[in-house]
Amino acid sequence: MNLMDVLVWGGIATVVMTAVLEGAMYVGWTRMSLPFILGTIFTGDRRKAAFLGAGIHLVNGYAFAFGYAAAFQSLHAASWWIGTLLGAAHATVVLVLMPYLPSVHPRMATEHDGPGARRALQPPGFFALNYGHRTPLFGLVSHLIYGAIIGTFYHVV
Amino acid sequence: MTHEPGDEASRGGQPPIGDYAVIGDCRTMALVSKEGAIDWLCLPRFDGGSVFAALLDEERGGRFAVRPVGAFSSSRRYLTDTNVLETTFRTPHGVVRLTDLMPVHDPRRDGGRLQPDHEVLRRIECLEGEVEVEVMCDPRFDYGRRVPRSKEMGKLGIHFDGGADDLMLVADITLAPTGSGSGWRGAATLHGGEKRHVSLTSAWAEPTVVGELGEAADRRIDATAKWWRSWLQHCSYEGTYRDEVSRSMLTLKLLTYPASGAILAAGTTSLPEAVGAGRNWDYRYCWLRDASMTMEVLLHLGFAPEGEAFLGWLLHATRLTFPKLQVLYDVYGRTDRRESDLEHLAGYRGSRPVRVGNAASDQLQLDVYGEVIDAAWTFVDQGGSLDSAEARLIAGLGETVLRSWRQPDNGMWEVRGPRRHFTQSKAMCWVALDRLLRLQERGVLTLSRSRAVIEREMRAIRDAIESHGWNDRLGSYVAWFGGEDVDAALLLLGIEGYEDPGSERMRGTMRCVRDRLEIDGLLYRYGYDDHLPGREGAFGICEFWEAELLARQGRIDEAVRSFEHAADFANDVGLFSEEIDPESGELLGNLPQAFTHLGLVSAANQIARSRGRPPEHKARTPRTTEAETEDRPREAAVVPDGAAQP
Repeated sequence: MNLMDVLVWGGIATVVMTAVLEGAMYVGWTRMSLPFILGTIFTGDRRKAAFLGAGIHLVNGYAFAFGYAAAFQSLHAASWWIGTLLGAAHATVVLVLMPYLPSVHPRMATEHDGPGARRALQPPGFFALNYGHRTPLFGLVSHLIYGAIIGTFYHVV
Repeated sequence: MTHEPGDEASRGGQPPIGDYAVIGDCRTMALVSKEGAIDWLCLPRFDGGSVFAALLDEERGGRFAVRPVGAFSSSRRYLTDTNVLETTFRTPHGVVRLTDLMPVHDPRRDGGRLQPDHEVLRRIECLEGEVEVEVMCDPRFDYGRRVPRSKEMGKLGIHFDGGADDLMLVADITLAPTGSGSGWRGAATLHGGEKRHVSLTSAWAEPTVVGELGEAADRRIDATAKWWRSWLQHCSYEGTYRDEVSRSMLTLKLLTYPASGAILAAGTTSLPEAVGAGRNWDYRYCWLRDASMTMEVLLHLGFAPEGEAFLGWLLHATRLTFPKLQVLYDVYGRTDRRESDLEHLAGYRGSRPVRVGNAASDQLQLDVYGEVIDAAWTFVDQGGSLDSAEARLIAGLGETVLRSWRQPDNGMWEVRGPRRHFTQSKAMCWVALDRLLRLQERGVLTLSRSRAVIEREMRAIRDAIESHGWNDRLGSYVAWFGGEDVDAALLLLGIEGYEDPGSERMRGTMRCVRDRLEIDGLLYRYGYDDHLPGREGAFGICEFWEAELLARQGRIDEAVRSFEHAADFANDVGLFSEEIDPESGELLGNLPQAFTHLGLVSAANQIARSRGRPPEHKARTPRTTEAETEDRPREAAVVPDGAAQP
């Protein structure tokens, strides 16, 4: 595995993907703030959650970059379109699993139980549509870009 | 005070401006009518787009009402020393009480609970008999331009999807679509002792946190009331007008944006200064003209942390335009506040246009230099310190004053006509230089010009004012050099320290201002043509200025009469807007208005200070204060609000 490529391009791809999602949030196309959702797993303090979540998000980006690199190694090839396909699969898995997030997120409420003392965060719902009807689109686009960057710049060894 | 429904219809639809009370969380605020309707709320902060704006357009603006079904009368009050509003409705069948607030959270005491970005929490309790109550929520985002998608989410309530903006409405009353727009409505019959809660939470660019109901909601009400009381405990005012001063300080705190320390001029836009005349402005920004009085009030009443934060905002915001100052800035110091009209809104009682942004940002007002430098002086005089960058900034503003004081300007009233040599502007330039010399004497800053040069310029300013800004025939200072008109800003010459408040010239000016601008015990701010249609109301703060000046002259009885007369025009919960209709006594202009409340507090404080001591015969001298800083409630912001704003 090309460790240097994973560290460099995994980091860049994560930052670009985050920027795409943040931009989409800024213009009102989605409210799926992954740093906020991840950070609130560990703390109810918004300020700490945003900071912590951004760190976890970055670590996740690297972790998935290792997964992408492993896939490239097993295929003995890396290219933008292979990366894009992996990104599409990645996004699909994430979006499909979203409705189950309240099962593992200690501060996420459910429609069945309603808001409680600890669980008060709006759940994502099917394909995260509760966070805006364009959320699946931008979830997909951001992951396609993530995959394309790693696929383009990763060199199989 | 009671209120009968149906009054609105006879008045042309919307309630009088004075029918509204304010609730808020220091980052945004809502106006609640006597009928239990929230007709104004902007998100995610004061100057964001509106979610409820029936105040400016009953059909398109959006409304959130909780009230009895059928006929009722209402009375209301704030819970003592809080911004928690309590409205009591009396119906033929019973009595219910509505408690309205925007909860304020202290992250240290939230026990790890995730709290909403903003929440409007409403509790309705049946006190007697049996009363059917209804809840109606019909939000419209972006000043009524966007009708949100809405859907039911089981026990999480109703979800209103407005793009980046998001609302969750949860109630222990069953809600159903109204069938028009995005509105949801529900009703329930309450018996004595029963209560229901309604929570509307919001988020911007993140998932929304849903409000818990029941006992948890009661705890949020109690915690918020405690937070406000704890904050107000630091008020050191001990005079006769404790209630009025407390309400004013609570209102000022509500308008103070904690992420930056900025204090907004008012919480609304386009409530008219004259109904139907086009005198409708957006006041959801921070005006530098209020700076000096704001600092005085905060520091002298025991709110040193707020004073320090305010000065920090002043000096941070003005770096963007240094060495020049603009008339107004937003809460983060941004200056691009271009004015535009919201053509789709009908306006309050047809008062169009509805404006957002403010064209006064392009004006030149020389008085603001004196305001900012005097605020810095007051801060230092009360024991504060400036860092070297702040000191250089203040000194740099002084350079601008030396270069610019001979220019005409628009004056503090932002008259949209030709620039003139406004007397009060020149006087504030004199004040700016005077305070700079004081700051240099204290060793706080070093001026690039010699003391002799600055004193020479001060003499030149004074000569100009005394020769061109004084009219022998009138026996008064005049609004601008060589003119024959007066304005109420001239009273500030004796308050801000340019002139001895008890001098013959100030007494003459006061007489002339009263003769020319007084109406039924109130004052217009000016009487000259301001190139706008219609006639605005009496200006709320001006009567308080007169009371303060009288107190400084030692004319306490007259000051008290003047103060109490003006204070009587507050609405039933003690709030002031910018102006007062002299004929009807109704409030006019944006609500609540920080400027008017500042004037009230400053006058009340001066009356208290002047009682039992000789009148002032010199310009103001430094005063002392007890600035307690321990165990203060934390600021209301629970998110890094400045990190991501539209």
